[in-house]
Amino acid sequence: MNPTQELITNLADQYGRNREQLLPILQGVVEKEKFLSDYSMIEIARELDIPAAEVYGTATFYSFLEYKQMGTYIIRVCKTITCSMKGKNQILLTIKDMLKIGVGETTPDRKFSLLETNCLGWCHKAPAMLINDEIFTELTPEKVRGILTEYLKK
Amino acid sequence: MATTYNLKRADFIFRNENDWEKILNRTLQRDKTELINELISSELKGRGGAGFPTGLKWKLASESKVQEKFIICNADEGEPGTFKDREILTKVPFKVLSSMAICAYIIGAKQGIIYLRGEYRFLKPDLEKTISEFEYYCNEINFDFKIKIFMGSGAYICGEETALFESMEGKRGEPRNKPPFPTNAGYMDKPTVINNVETLAHTFTIFKYGATKFYDLGVQFSRGTKLFSVSGDTPKPGIYELELGMSLQDFVDEFGDGDTKAVQVGGASGFLVPRKRFGETAIGFRGKLTGISLPTGGSMMLFNSSRSMFNVLDNYLEFFREESCGQCTPCRVGCQQLLIGIKAVKQGSKPASYLDKLLKLTETMQYTAKCGLGQSVANSFSSIVENFREEMIY
Ligand SMILES: Cc1cc2nc3c(=O)[nH]c(=O)nc-3n(C[C@H](O)[C@H](O)[C@H](O)COP(=O)(O)O)c2cc1C
Ligand code: SF4
Repeated sequence: MNPTQELITNLADQYGRNREQLLPILQGVVEKEKFLSDYSMIEIARELDIPAAEVYGTATFYSFLEYKQMGTYIIRVCKTITCSMKGKNQILLTIKDMLKIGVGETTPDRKFSLLETNCLGWCHKAPAMLINDEIFTELTPEKVRGILTEYLKK
Repeated sequence: MATTYNLKRADFIFRNENDWEKILNRTLQRDKTELINELISSELKGRGGAGFPTGLKWKLASESKVQEKFIICNADEGEPGTFKDREILTKVPFKVLSSMAICAYIIGAKQGIIYLRGEYRFLKPDLEKTISEFEYYCNEINFDFKIKIFMGSGAYICGEETALFESMEGKRGEPRNKPPFPTNAGYMDKPTVINNVETLAHTFTIFKYGATKFYDLGVQFSRGTKLFSVSGDTPKPGIYELELGMSLQDFVDEFGDGDTKAVQVGGASGFLVPRKRFGETAIGFRGKLTGISLPTGGSMMLFNSSRSMFNVLDNYLEFFREESCGQCTPCRVGCQQLLIGIKAVKQGSKPASYLDKLLKLTETMQYTAKCGLGQSVANSFSSIVENFREEMIY
């Protein structure tokens, strides 16, 4: 068994093999591999005994279930109204400048991906961004430079 | 009709209650019908969107003879400008869990589920700990009830109750036709009560202090208190518990920066109220004066005169275009066309009168879209375009 197959079997053992467990399993694969490859989706379909098209159809519906290769750290900058009003574009520019990637891109070393996302629920502390599961709020360009410097060291 | 137009602060939701075990135990001894009647008499309405009477919802689910039932806590909180449910789950999770258990007792469910949005995954470890403590207590008092967390994966539409069920069943989050309603056939086609996080926090207050205490707050049709998520151009952004029924003018006097031009009430799917109508707008489920309601969870976004309402509308429409599940044509194509349309008018490639065509389109969406997302695009669109037409035109 290759690592992806093993991961999927383990997840299915843990959650179960019913259709209701599809999302937790997809989430588990994304957590480990950062995205859902065609291969992993086909393997999940085999494991749960459902059509691969169903797995693909479900996976592509959810914005956090990436199906393109992503970096280790996925940066999601909130672009909804309050964050936009409070300087989201300056935050994006700072990140682009430091990491030399645009929105939707991944650094060549596969360390960072940059995305925009809809309301993160931190409007009272705008602008906000997520790096994987960690939330950063009341951002300024200086603050972002500090945060990314720390992540670059990781 | 009793109407308060004064802003009144309250402190129930976040009040520290370390007696949840006592309240839960006491409530689980009471007669089920009596509990339902108490909840009905409080006139609590859902705090997550549609404002459906909570007592009635529980009653309907309790009447079903089906063996397996579910109680689901909707923690998908995705409406732009709303951030109160996370605060409840962080600060007073036991209230929510206790109310889920009480609901389970009344309707006869053994399984509770919290649908937590993917953006709040950092809450999960602590919440899981709280749940196991809670289940331990339930076990101690011989009450057979389990709660699990189901994680969302970044889709606003999954906050819509039937889309949420689809999502939990491992499918795309596409809303279902109603009827059947969740209390008849919800998750796994079983009778299901689904309530917003805040609604459940209020039911705790009601079972602790009695329905009268809750009913005495607020105004007719809009009883009790509500959490408001305040953001935008305000010196005091944050979460505030206020009695329902205040005038928007009062709200702006308290939270505005002295230059408030408009307030978006109820998030992107709510309404924009311009300054000239602050005085005549009441915040509640059925504002007698203007018909303003709280279509969503109490999001209040303030805009001062430095803001362009075109940008605001553009931002909302982009949100809807991206979050539309794409299942029905009026919403999928409508959102795209509205966005293209307002840009064309702004750039001058379409005449100003084109805005009227777009208004007609939102009206069509209101009547023909399958769920609340497509139906409510008209709210912000018409209230912004009608009140700030000059800002939309080249
Ligand atoms: C597009 C859309 C998004 C929704 N999002 C949420 C949400 O994030 N949280 C929520 O509690 N209700 C949301 N709702 C409302 C739910 O469908 C449902 O009415 C609510 O969870 C019922 O709970 P309540 O009666 O306690 O308010 C949404 C509705 C629509 C149409
Ligand atoms: S109105 Fe929009 S979100 Fe709702 S079912 Fe139709 S396409 Fe999907």
